[in-house]
Amino acid sequence: MREELLAIVERNSRIDLKELAVILGVEEIDVVNELAAMESEGIICGYHTMIDWEKTSIEKVSALIEVRVTPQRGQGFDNIAERIYKYPEVTSVYLISGGFDLLVTLEGKSLKEISGFVSDKLSTLDSVLSTATHFILKKYKDHGTILAKKYEDTREKVTP
Amino acid sequence: MRNPLADKVVEIKPSGIRKFFDIVNEMQDAISLGVGEPDFDTPWHIRDEGIYSLEKGRTFYTSNAGLMELREEITRYIKRKQGVTYNAAKEVLVTVGGSEAIDIGLRAMLNPGEEVLIPQPSYVSYEPCTILAGGVPVIIELKAENEFRLTAQELEDAITDKTKVLILPFPNNPTGAIMERKDLEAIAEVIKKHDIFVMSDEIYSELTYTEKHVSIVEIEGMRERTILINGFSKSYAMTGWRLGYACGPENIIAQMTKIHQFAIMCGPTTSQYAAVEALRNGDADVEEMRTAYNQRRRFLLNAFKEMGLECFEPFGAFYVFPCIKEFGMTSEEFANRFLQEEKVAVVPGTAFGDCGEGFLRISYAYSIENLKVAIGRLADFVARLRAEKQ
Repeated sequence: MREELLAIVERNSRIDLKELAVILGVEEIDVVNELAAMESEGIICGYHTMIDWEKTSIEKVSALIEVRVTPQRGQGFDNIAERIYKYPEVTSVYLISGGFDLLVTLEGKSLKEISGFVSDKLSTLDSVLSTATHFILKKYKDHGTILAKKYEDTREKVTP
Repeated sequence: MRNPLADKVVEIKPSGIRKFFDIVNEMQDAISLGVGEPDFDTPWHIRDEGIYSLEKGRTFYTSNAGLMELREEITRYIKRKQGVTYNAAKEVLVTVGGSEAIDIGLRAMLNPGEEVLIPQPSYVSYEPCTILAGGVPVIIELKAENEFRLTAQELEDAITDKTKVLILPFPNNPTGAIMERKDLEAIAEVIKKHDIFVMSDEIYSELTYTEKHVSIVEIEGMRERTILINGFSKSYAMTGWRLGYACGPENIIAQMTKIHQFAIMCGPTTSQYAAVEALRNGDADVEEMRTAYNQRRRFLLNAFKEMGLECFEPFGAFYVFPCIKEFGMTSEEFANRFLQEEKVAVVPGTAFGDCGEGFLRISYAYSIENLKVAIGRLADFVARLRAEKQ
């Protein structure tokens, strides 16, 4: 049940528990217990809301920043990653393979705010060798959800 | 001027669904539970392969029987799923949907006056195709108390010395019924005893929700007297690609290929390349869609239970077939009123044979969100009908 349950709540964490039990073909209490178990095991780490900020009047700017760093003896990349993820404007930090080391995503109110963060805080860290900032211009698809287009049922209405 | 038409064709009744379709299409804001095809898009990697084949300029006829590469993948697939071996060169024919295979299979097998047993409720094409092929359709009315499965006794009772072919439409459209191994073993005895042939339409084979689909070709002595028909429409959400296939004994497939060669030439080339990809790398997509259908199936059955609407639990395809006899109206009356008053389209059971009277086909090839809205309206409608009756 775990895998199927996760697949559903990953898409819709607000789904009614009773409905969840019905479509999984189990008892409601089992769903409640399983969710609680996965929360305490840290498998489910939170329930978020996907917002298309573009459609609101609130200004938001996001950026992806490639960061090259010098790993530290005995610590690898963990220390420097921790330094970076503690900033509240940082929304994610990934260690990745390829031409650079850390991929940092940032969310701010304006271009200025983000470039200020990069030049004042990020680039000045001792182990950071270089950064490259990519501003996000438009989100087409996020978290498996297509933002640009609405689903339209183009099938014939009645078919044998 | 003389009458340009053939009596045989004119006499065939138009599909019961067609009439209903015209009414629904008039209504702009109607929501429909009447669709007989998946709501999923064809998985992207399959579409991509079709696009790629066009880019590469693979736009010519294939061999009549279909790309050898595809036929080989089909035999591997059937070996994997059913454990039965077919010879890709001689025992497989790629067709334009499963529908073509039904048509030319009957044409290849029937002499004038020979009888074809058609269990109903079932898909709408078996009866007209039989008539067009010069055969005589003999209907076996399946029963709700048997969960719409075909029993050995029902089969035995319908066989005459003219019987040539039994059509076996499971998992079934419109009832969602399946045949388990024990059911197939029971009818196989009767089939062998009377030396008749089987056309097994297994287009919904990937959509079963209890155990894996069992094909009659798995039962001893049945492979050599069965045309197995399947395709890509339902399992890989590829209805518009129009691609299916038939597997069977060499002598039957050879004659089917002859008709196919003159009438069609070959299945659509782009679709054939896409289908190779579907069979090679499509298992996970099928699994994902099956899981989604199963969730919706449970959702609907639970909703029927809550509104007290009688419905046997179907284990296959993507249809439920609730009984509406308690309301004392025909399926068509019910469907019409439901459409007029609640603007939801469902298909009357009678579109799939007279014995579908008293039932509705409700498709769950819709998202749960859509189903919720439609089923909410059904609950209102049912409550209103019950209040009227009192």
